[in-house]
Amino acid sequence: MAFVTTTDLIPLIPELILLGAAFVVLLLDLFAPGSQRTTLAVTTIVGFVIALVAEIQLLDSGATGFYGTIVADGFSILFESLYLVIGILTVLLSLHYLDDHGIGFGEYYVLLITAVVGMMFMTSSLELLVIFIGLEIMSISSYILVGIRRRVPESNEAALKYLLLGAFSTGFLLYGISLLYGATGSIRIPEIVVALQEPGALNNPLAIIGVALIIIAMGFKVAVVPFHMWTPDVYSGAPTPVTAFLSAAAKAAGFAMFVRVLLTGIPLEAELWKDLFWAIAVLTMTVGNVMALMQNSVKRMLAYSSVAHAGYIMVAVVVGTPAALSSVIFYSCAYAVMGTGAFGILTVRHFGKTPDSYDDLAGYARYKPCLAFLMSVFMLSLIGLPLTGGFIGKLQIFQAALEEGWVWLTVIGLLNSALSVYYYLRVVVCLYMREGSVPDGAVLEVAESPGFALTGLVGAASVVVYLGVFPQTLLELAASSVSTLF
Amino acid sequence: MIPISHVLVLSALLFSIGVLGVMLRRNVIVVFMSIELMLNAVNLSFVGFARTMDDMTGVIFIFFIIVVAAAEAVVGLSIILSIYRTRKTLNIDEFNLLKW
Amino acid sequence: MIVFFYLFALISLILALGVLVFKNPIHSALSLVGTFFCLAAIYVMLNAEFVAVIQVLVYAGAIMVLFLFVLMLLSTKDNDQYALKLNVSRGLAVAITGVLMIQVLTAFMDPTLRFGEPGAYPVERIQEIGSIALIGQLLFTEFVLPFEVISILLLVAVIGAVIIAKRRVP
Repeated sequence: MAFVTTTDLIPLIPELILLGAAFVVLLLDLFAPGSQRTTLAVTTIVGFVIALVAEIQLLDSGATGFYGTIVADGFSILFESLYLVIGILTVLLSLHYLDDHGIGFGEYYVLLITAVVGMMFMTSSLELLVIFIGLEIMSISSYILVGIRRRVPESNEAALKYLLLGAFSTGFLLYGISLLYGATGSIRIPEIVVALQEPGALNNPLAIIGVALIIIAMGFKVAVVPFHMWTPDVYSGAPTPVTAFLSAAAKAAGFAMFVRVLLTGIPLEAELWKDLFWAIAVLTMTVGNVMALMQNSVKRMLAYSSVAHAGYIMVAVVVGTPAALSSVIFYSCAYAVMGTGAFGILTVRHFGKTPDSYDDLAGYARYKPCLAFLMSVFMLSLIGLPLTGGFIGKLQIFQAALEEGWVWLTVIGLLNSALSVYYYLRVVVCLYMREGSVPDGAVLEVAESPGFALTGLVGAASVVVYLGVFPQTLLELAASSVSTLF
Repeated sequence: MIPISHVLVLSALLFSIGVLGVMLRRNVIVVFMSIELMLNAVNLSFVGFARTMDDMTGVIFIFFIIVVAAAEAVVGLSIILSIYRTRKTLNIDEFNLLKW
Repeated sequence: MIVFFYLFALISLILALGVLVFKNPIHSALSLVGTFFCLAAIYVMLNAEFVAVIQVLVYAGAIMVLFLFVLMLLSTKDNDQYALKLNVSRGLAVAITGVLMIQVLTAFMDPTLRFGEPGAYPVERIQEIGSIALIGQLLFTEFVLPFEVISILLLVAVIGAVIIAKRRVP
């Protein structure tokens, strides 16, 4: 009987570092309560950075451990690094927000770290059991983060809705896993693949129903239509930094799992699945954009637009070639950064309150020119204009779709992008063209944005532009990480 | 020997009763209990498959499902407690500050 | 033996329906406890004795007591009024679930259903090693990673319960 040795822990080093950081933060909070909030945030960031360094060291190591359950391949390292970067950004955006809203829990940072750890297990594991546990660690941490403003009814309500629908979809996921286990006799993805390659195995009703249930559950997690209902509510009720984190990291983790389990794990060549994904992609893009068009709250608009962006990624999922899969990775990264940035602007107070509606955005150009400029960068990237990461991402997706002859899908996608120009530009117009009446008694703090947040936002904007101008590095990384999957 | 297909049918029926409970009931705690019922149906199908295939993986999986169910119940019930403090109701339809 | 399976299956279905239709949530909870006990009996018949014990101890004993505790804590006069009501959208939900269920059930009743390859642990082998000993061995070898990782989940749940349900910040 083979026991686990220390070499098994090598692919887990980043996770272990993060857990260590979580315990340090937990203890610091205990022994230095109250005044030391900045210390906690800095400790968290240091933890994320060290883990990121460890992650980069693991690149090309090809380390595996725990009977092949955990792998450190290019795919998992790329996504894990993304979660860590988003984690750093979220901490930078959180500090002033937590102070403004009186969220005095040091546990906030601990939960942020554990959520990232959950995502990392979800992405780097080849065993459905560990993937499921990682997913649950991420989900339960996020339920608590969403509901952490426990005296605010909206926050409670968002947490409750998130929890109920999350637990509901977990039920579907587990039932799907159990049927797939029944059909193949294993819960390890490589063994499932082998078992499903036997002749006739794909016509096994157990396998078909199992895969369908897993698709439903994954649909909930990445919020594609018709399983998107929770997104706008949860995103608008949650504290804004948490919204940014969920829309970026949690969604990327969902797509990473989608790719790992459904696209490379289970062979889905059958026409039925293609048609299903096609319908989901078209519905998701259209519903997301049309609903975003009708919102008056910028936060809700961004929530619906995140649904629409999941739709663009679904286009690449439909196509399913290696080129398309690498565009899934590129777009997930690009969207994660620009989405975090856009939500991040909304965390900074303006005229004494946290901006929510379009009207609240008036007067930015005059009193917060820097933020107005950054927000415009994010909006242009979300539209997908050249010189931004969003442009390259969309280009990759639609190029891959056209190469495989999905003309209609591309046309619908482009029409949807055109539709989205309206509401994104509306934000820019509000920022620059409208003066905005200063509410009575509001303190005008010209250019006094919190330093941490500004650092994070500038960083995010630079990444967005960098990805737009020099996309080559990430494109190559994405392509090589896809090749490690097969 | 109990026929596996009958175990699967029982588990599917329990699962769908759970799904119906989530969709039809309005008391949030009963909705939550229905989700627990769904998870139990999954456990039953895991045991059934494990027995049929002479494999232990399914049995091991159940322990983790039970732990996750317990953790979810703890967090869920504390969220329900805190929402009850501000709203004084357990009816899902009245949680409408955010439109569904 | 097989008669008992159908007996417990029938009782568990009836009690599960009770969860769905009882007006009083406490009756629903008790009905669910009954379902859990019936399932535990079925697990024993399927040679999963340890799961049966855990089912009774953790599900019926701990989780459902927590539910009942919260129900009692929050019991208000209007607890009983959220009965099962049907309208168009809910009727549609029931219909869709029903149709899908019939599909699934016919698939399961198909006698040519294929399962995975037989594993290494037939009943005789399990009885030779001992059910609990075998589970222990597997948890500390093949499944040691999930076994360790799930402790993070428990930590998160504890932290969450404390910060969300705690009455006041000192």
